[in-house]
Amino acid sequence: MPRSRPAGYSSRSATALKRRIVAGVLVLLSLVLITIYFREPAGGSLHGVQSAGATVFRPFEVAAERVARPFRDAYGYFAGLIHAKSQNEKLRHQVDVLSQQAIQNANAAAENVDLKKQLRYVNSREFPQKFTSVFATVVSRPPSEFQQQVGIDRGSSSDIRRNDPVVTADGLVGLVTAVAHNQAQVTLLTDPSVQVSALDLNTGASGVVKPGQGRGTLSLTRVDKAQTLNEGDVIETAGWHTKRLTSIYPEGIAIGFVIGASQSEVDLYWQAQVDPRVDFDSLRSVIVLVPKSRAAR
Amino acid sequence: MSVVEPAKVGALVFVAGILQVTIFSDIAILGGYPDVVLLTLVAIALLRGSIYGASAGFAAGLLVDTANLATLGVTSLLLTLAGYWIGRYGETTGRDRAHAPFVSVAVATILVQFGALFLHYMLGDQVSAKTVLVEALPPKVALNLLLTLPVYALVRRVLALASQPETATEVRLLG
Repeated sequence: MPRSRPAGYSSRSATALKRRIVAGVLVLLSLVLITIYFREPAGGSLHGVQSAGATVFRPFEVAAERVARPFRDAYGYFAGLIHAKSQNEKLRHQVDVLSQQAIQNANAAAENVDLKKQLRYVNSREFPQKFTSVFATVVSRPPSEFQQQVGIDRGSSSDIRRNDPVVTADGLVGLVTAVAHNQAQVTLLTDPSVQVSALDLNTGASGVVKPGQGRGTLSLTRVDKAQTLNEGDVIETAGWHTKRLTSIYPEGIAIGFVIGASQSEVDLYWQAQVDPRVDFDSLRSVIVLVPKSRAAR
Repeated sequence: MSVVEPAKVGALVFVAGILQVTIFSDIAILGGYPDVVLLTLVAIALLRGSIYGASAGFAAGLLVDTANLATLGVTSLLLTLAGYWIGRYGETTGRDRAHAPFVSVAVATILVQFGALFLHYMLGDQVSAKTVLVEALPPKVALNLLLTLPVYALVRRVLALASQPETATEVRLLG
C-alpha cells in the first residue's frame, strides 16, 4: 500500500480541542436530527426537507442507474449463468412437485363432483327404498379387455355380499361377484356373464340386457316383436319377483337408451342396441346397494 | 484555507453516496452488499484525519438517509463516529501503515453494523439480529475488504491531485 502524502489541510495538525468540538457538534447534530425526525409528524419540516433533498438527488440517481444498467445487466447475465444449472434442477423438482399437486387437486375435484352427484342420487326419490347405500371407491380396473371387473375398497365389513347390485348416479354398473373383508369385486354390465331383466320405460316392452358386440355397448334382447321399441327410449331394470325368487336388481334403475332397433322376418325378437348411461371406462366411485333387511340384522 | 480540498471530499462523498444507493445496495452477494460509502469514508479519514473523517461521515450519512428516506441522523451518527475514530487511528497508530485501510475497514464495518442494529432497535424498527449479524455481516466484511484497495487508491489519487505538500519532499544530507 503506498504511503499517503501529508496534505496541507489535514486535521492531523488540528488541536485536540478543535477535533473534539467538531466531532461533538456533529454527533450532537445527528442526535438532534434523529430526535426531531422521530418526534415530528410525517408532514413535518424535517420530512419536507428530506423530501426536497431526495428530489434533488433523484436525477443523479437516475443518471447513475442508467450508466450502471449495462454493467448490472452483464453481471446479472453471468450470475444467472452460474446459478442456471442449480436453478434448473431446483425448478424441475418444483415443477414435478407442483404437477403432482395439480394432478391430485384435479382428481380430488373430480371425485368431489362425482360424490356430490351420487349423494344427490341417494337422497332422491329415484333411489331404491328397500336398500341402503354403501359408497365405495374404485381401486382397481380391468387389467385387460377380457375381464370386465373392477375392484372397490369396501367389502364384507361394510355388509356387502355377493350379488349385491352396484350403481352410480347415472345408472346400473353391475353386481358384486366376490367379497373380501375390505374389498370386493364388481362385475360390470359389459361382462358376458351378466344379464339383466329390463324394460322400456316409454313403451313398457320387456327384455334382457346383455353385453353388445362392441366394446362398452349393450344390447336388449328377447323383446317380443309384438312390443314396440323406439330409438331414444329409456331402458331400466325390471326388478321382477315371484313367490320364491326376486331379481337381484331393484326396479327402476336406469341402464341406457335405445340407439338402434331392428327386426326381420326370421327373427323372433327385436334386435336393439343400448347405449349405457354409465361410462364404464371412467368409474371413480360407485354405490353398492345393500338390502335394508340385511343391514338391520 | 482553500476550498478545493473540502470540495473534493464533498464530491467524493456525494458520488459514493449516489453510487451506494443506486448501484451497490443492489449487488447482494451471499446476503451482503459492499458499502462504498464506508470505504470512501475510511480512505478520507485515514488520509485527511479525524475532522475530515467526522465531517465526511456526517455528510455521507445525511445523503444516504435523505436518498433512502430513512430516519435522518441515524447513519450520520454512525458514520460521524466511524469517521472520527478512523481519523484518529490514521493520525496516531495507523499512520503510514500499509495494513491500516484493511484493519480500519474490517473494524468499521463490524462496528457500524452493530451500531446500526442497536440504533434501529432503540428506535423501535423491526430488525433481525440474525439477518444483520450472521447472514449479512460476514459477506459484507469480505466484500468491503475486497474493494478496500481500489477505493483507497482512487480516493488517495483524487485527494492528492490538488493537495499541496506541507513539508519538503526531498532532503539533502549535509556534512
